Amino acid sequence: MNQRMSYFILACMSLGLAFLYIPILSMIVFSFNASKLVTVWDSAHSPTLKWYFSLLNNEEILDAAWISAKVAVINASGAVILGTLAGFGLARFHQFRGRFTLNAMTTAPLVMPEVITGLSLLLLFVAMEQLIGWPAGRGITTMTIGHMTFSMAYVTVIVNSRMATFDTALEEAAMDLGARPVKVFFVITLPIIFPAILSGWLLAFTLSWDDLVISSFTSGPGTSTLPMVVFSKVRLGVSPEINVLATLTITVVTAAIIGVNWFVARANKLDAAA
Amino acid sequence: MALPFVWLLLFFVVPFIIVLKISFSDIDLAIPPYKPLLEWAAKHTLTIKLNFDNYAFLFTDSLYLHAFVNSVKVAFISTVFCLALGYPMAYGIARARANVRNVLLLLVILPFWTSLLLRVYAWIGLMKANGVINNVLLSLGLIHEPLTMLYTPFAMYVGIVYSYLPFLILPLYSNLEKMDWQLLEAAQDLGCRPWQAFYKITLPLSRNGILAGSMLVFIPATGEFVIPALLGGPNALMIGRVLWDEFFANRAWPVASAVAILMLILLVPFMMWYQSVQARESAGAR
Repeated sequence: MNQRMSYFILACMSLGLAFLYIPILSMIVFSFNASKLVTVWDSAHSPTLKWYFSLLNNEEILDAAWISAKVAVINASGAVILGTLAGFGLARFHQFRGRFTLNAMTTAPLVMPEVITGLSLLLLFVAMEQLIGWPAGRGITTMTIGHMTFSMAYVTVIVNSRMATFDTALEEAAMDLGARPVKVFFVITLPIIFPAILSGWLLAFTLSWDDLVISSFTSGPGTSTLPMVVFSKVRLGVSPEINVLATLTITVVTAAIIGVNWFVARANKLDAAA
Repeated sequence: MALPFVWLLLFFVVPFIIVLKISFSDIDLAIPPYKPLLEWAAKHTLTIKLNFDNYAFLFTDSLYLHAFVNSVKVAFISTVFCLALGYPMAYGIARARANVRNVLLLLVILPFWTSLLLRVYAWIGLMKANGVINNVLLSLGLIHEPLTMLYTPFAMYVGIVYSYLPFLILPLYSNLEKMDWQLLEAAQDLGCRPWQAFYKITLPLSRNGILAGSMLVFIPATGEFVIPALLGGPNALMIGRVLWDEFFANRAWPVASAVAILMLILLVPFMMWYQSVQARESAGAR
């Protein structure tokens, strides 16, 4: 690159990163602001932790967070199983009937506007209830099914791309030594793609934890998730407690991402050494 | 492999057939609020009542047409802005030294993992009348009265570009990462100016990355609900929001279904294009 071009790239990079991080930093800073006006800094009483305590005593938010956590954990575990199977199948078997359809069905949820997915799932649940009596009403089960349907697509992509860099000779060697296919999968394949599965689980958890639209369509009375409660609060204006919630979320996510990155980097290094 | 296949068939494909069905039925004041399509008529014959009223309604009321056109316009302009900012960023990441590259990638991925709702909410605090941006500009003396930013189209564009930027950068980066940079050196040795080399070599070679990234922004942005609802103000007509209001506020399920079907007709060609770009990209990688 010549000098002028690299200055241009550097300028864009700084601008882009500032654009991405100023909103996040402003939420963190103002979560310590004493003023109820949120964005007007009250220098006499700040920084303070009072909104942190008020968030931890907010029953509505805590209840919603508990529901979100339950849905997110079940969703992530289910999505990892479905997504790993789909990603494994797409990467390994190049010729099977329905491969094209499976491929299309796993990429479509990635780009499908959420309002369409949400509406269609709700109408399905209503039709199923009329037809076979299940699911009776809507709640955690229907929300989890909805979340699994779109988050398994992300897991599929992650597992599929990990499979692409996989040395199949390892599996062949194990088979030559007499291991059965199921044993090969659990002893050889699974440990090697484990970093991908772990990232897939965390991504599926996050997608579910953050989802507003599909949850709103598929939830029932009394099962409001955290984003649904946040959305109804935010529509009424800014609130200091939401800044606290955002700060806590960002802290946990940053720690998790750095942890997983370290873990994956180590696994890759072990791979390279082996 | 049957399990994910059956799952997607049941919970992703079949629902669309039901949406199609309900888009043809009558609105009913019942639970659920639509009339059955198939009815046993008095003479014990099965009759199908296909009802195009919902579609006719969407085409006669200019609000819906306006919302469709506006959504495509907003999504398209946002994609162009994402590209203008995201391409240099992806390029910079791809050409950075390995350790710098990992840090930059992490910085781009991190916001993507943090709740979209909370990050959009942050812009309310930044852009409102006594928000951070106005307070900073006022205290610097650059403006004398607060700017109106929140609940304008400007706020909506900022929100969409901000939220979807990582979706554009990541596929573009993974495309640029595979580029053979010696081609650029060869071009320069042969007397090509840097910008010319970029235009003649880098840009055409990154075509699939540009298309994939743009599609990942354009398709979901067309149906976006959260951003126009929070930042766009009451006049921000986006089709995703219209669908939401028809469903939740008016309880007009058949109309909402018809809106969804028309959105699908508009977006499915782009989805198929995206899929073929992806297929080409992964075929090239192997």
